[in-house]
Amino acid sequence: MIDSLIPVLAGAIAAATPLIFAGLGELVAERTGVINLGVEGMMLTGAIAGFALAAETGYGAAAGLPAGAIAGAATAMIFAFFALSLAANQAACGLALTIFGIGLSAFIGQHYVSYSLPGLQPLAIPLLADIPVIGPVLFKQDAVVYMSFIAFAVVAWTLAKTRLGLLLKAVGESPEAAHAIGYPVLGIRYGAVAFGGAMAGIAGAYLSTVYTPLWVQNMSAGRGWIAVALVVFATWKPTRLLLGAYLFGAVTILQFHAQGLGIDVPVQFLAALPYAATIVVLVVISRDRKLLQLNLPASLGKPFLP
Amino acid sequence: MHLLEPRAQPSQLMRWTAPLIAIVATLLAGSFLFWALDKSPIASFQVFFIEPLTTSYGWSELLIKACPLILIAQGLAIGFKARIYNIGAEGQLIIGALFGGGVAIYFDGSDSAWVIPAMVVAGALGGALWGALPALLKTRFNAEETLTTLMLSYVATFILSYMVNGPWRDPDGMNFPQSIMFGDNALFGILLEGSRVNTSVFITLFAVLAFWLFNARSFLSYQLEVGGQAPAASRYAGFSAKQTVWFSLVISGLTAGLAGVGEVAGPVGQLNLNISPGYGFAAIIVAYLGRLHALGIVLAGCLMALIYLGGEAAQVSLQMPAAITGIFQGMLLFFLLGADAFIDNRLRKPVR
Repeated sequence: MIDSLIPVLAGAIAAATPLIFAGLGELVAERTGVINLGVEGMMLTGAIAGFALAAETGYGAAAGLPAGAIAGAATAMIFAFFALSLAANQAACGLALTIFGIGLSAFIGQHYVSYSLPGLQPLAIPLLADIPVIGPVLFKQDAVVYMSFIAFAVVAWTLAKTRLGLLLKAVGESPEAAHAIGYPVLGIRYGAVAFGGAMAGIAGAYLSTVYTPLWVQNMSAGRGWIAVALVVFATWKPTRLLLGAYLFGAVTILQFHAQGLGIDVPVQFLAALPYAATIVVLVVISRDRKLLQLNLPASLGKPFLP
Repeated sequence: MHLLEPRAQPSQLMRWTAPLIAIVATLLAGSFLFWALDKSPIASFQVFFIEPLTTSYGWSELLIKACPLILIAQGLAIGFKARIYNIGAEGQLIIGALFGGGVAIYFDGSDSAWVIPAMVVAGALGGALWGALPALLKTRFNAEETLTTLMLSYVATFILSYMVNGPWRDPDGMNFPQSIMFGDNALFGILLEGSRVNTSVFITLFAVLAFWLFNARSFLSYQLEVGGQAPAASRYAGFSAKQTVWFSLVISGLTAGLAGVGEVAGPVGQLNLNISPGYGFAAIIVAYLGRLHALGIVLAGCLMALIYLGGEAAQVSLQMPAAITGIFQGMLLFFLLGADAFIDNRLRKPVR
C-alpha cells in the first residue's frame, strides 16, 4: 500500500511547489498590509516570460525562473503604482492585474503554442534520498522543489526572527506608527509587493518550464487565487501555508492517480476538487472569527496616505 | 514618494470625468502598445474602434455583446454599492446557461411556446442559486465572498465541461464537447433580419429600467448604500447586514444567469465550452466604469462591447490574438481606478 502511495505523495509535493512560492510572496505582501489579488495575473506573466526565455535561449528553467521572477515583479509594480501611490481600491487593482496578465500572457504566448521544453530531471540528494518513504517523496525531486523548501525557511525565519521581519509586520499592523518613527511605509510596501510578484512569477515559470514544460493559455488555472486563499487559511503564518499547500497538492494530484487508487469519479469532478476544497477550508477557517483575527494584519487592504 | 493628499470635499466633477480620463488614457496606452508592436497606431485604431461601427452588421453585433454585459453589470452594481464584491458572475452565467440549456434539451422537439419562458425562468433560478451559495457561506460562516464566488466560477466551468462531455453531449456531435443545437422554439426570435439581434434584448432593456427605478426611487437601494458605507450606522437604523448580502448576491447571480440563457438561446444556440468570452469578468469593469449607475452602465457596456468587437477585428485584419481584448480591459480598469483616486484626493503640492 505504502509503495503505491509514494508516487502520489511525491506528485503532491511537486504540485504544491507553485502554491508555496506564490503563497509565500502573497503572505509577505499581506503582512505589510497590502492585499494583492493579482497573483493569478502575475503568475501567468511569469509563466510566459519564463517559457519564452527558456525556449529562446535554450537554457531551459535556468533562464526561465529568473525571467519569471523579473516579469512577476515588473507587473506587480503596475499594481503597486495604482494601489499604493494612488491609493486606489486594492481588491479592484488586483483584479485589473489579473485581467491584464491573462490577456498579456495569452498575447505573447500565441507564438509558443506548440512549443515544448525539456523540463528538469529529478535530483536525488545523496543519503537523504535513501531514507525509506520520506526519501523518494521529499528528496528525489527537481531542483526547484528544493528551492521552495529554502524559500519557506528564509521567509519564515525572516518574519519570525529578524529586524526586517519586525519592520514588515509593523508596517502591516500600524502604518501610522511606523511612519511616525520615520520608516518609509510606502517604500517597504513597494518592496513587499515586488517580492510577492517575483515569487508569483517564479511559481508561474515553474509551471511552464518544469511542471508541465509546454505553453498552454491560462495554464495557472486558478492556482494564483488558491494561493491567495491559502494565505487566509494559513492565518498569515508560513508554516500553516506550507502544510496547506501540500494538502492542496495532494488534492490536485488525486485526479491523475484516481484510477490507480480505485476511485471511479468523472475526471471533471476530480479536477474541480481543489477549488471546492478551497471553499471548504475558507469556510472552516472563517467561521472562527477569533482565529482569523489573531494574526490578521490590522491595516490589510487599507490604503495609506500620511 | 506620496503623490496625493486628501481633499476636503470629494470632487463631483472628478466622479464623472474619471471614466473619460480612463478611456483617453487607455487609448493612449493602446496606441503605444500598437506602436511597440510595429503597427501604425492610427491604422490600428481605425481597425479596432472605427471599422466595427461602419456597417449595420457591426452595430447589431455591438448590441449583441453589450446586452449581456449591461445586464450582468446592473446586478453587480447593486452589490458593489453595498460593498459586496461578487467577482464570480462568470460562474453564475454558466450555471444559468446550464439550467436554461437543460430545459431546452429536455423539451427538444416540443413545439410549445412555453419553452423559452421556461428557459428564462430556469436560467434566472440557476444563476440566483449559484449566487445564493456564497451568500450562505458569508452570512453563516463569515467566508469572504470575493474568493468563494471566484472559486465557484471554476467549479461551474467543470460542471459545464462534465455535462457537455457526458450526459448532455450531442450523440451526433462527432465527439465534440457540445450539446445538441437547440430547436427553433428554444431560441429567442430574431428581431433584425440578417443579424443575430434577438428578443433577449428586451430582458436587458427591462432590467435597465427596473434597476434605474430601483436606484432612483426605492428606499431599499438607499439602505444598501448606507449599509456599504457605514455598517454601524445602518445597524443602528435597524438594517440587517445579512439581508444586504443575500439580496446583493442573489440579484447579481440572477442577472448573470439571465445573461447566460441569453447567450445559449441566442447567438450560441447550444451548450458548449465557449458560452462566454469572459462577460462575467468584463461586467465588473462595466459596473465601475458606469459609476454603478443604471444609465452609466449602458454607456460603459457599449464601450466594452466595442472593445470585444475591436479585438475580433484586430484578429482578422491585424493578425493579433484575441487576447488583446483582455489587455485593453485590464488597462481600462487600472486607469479608471487611478483616475478615481482623484475624487477624494488631489495631487500633493511639491514641498520646497
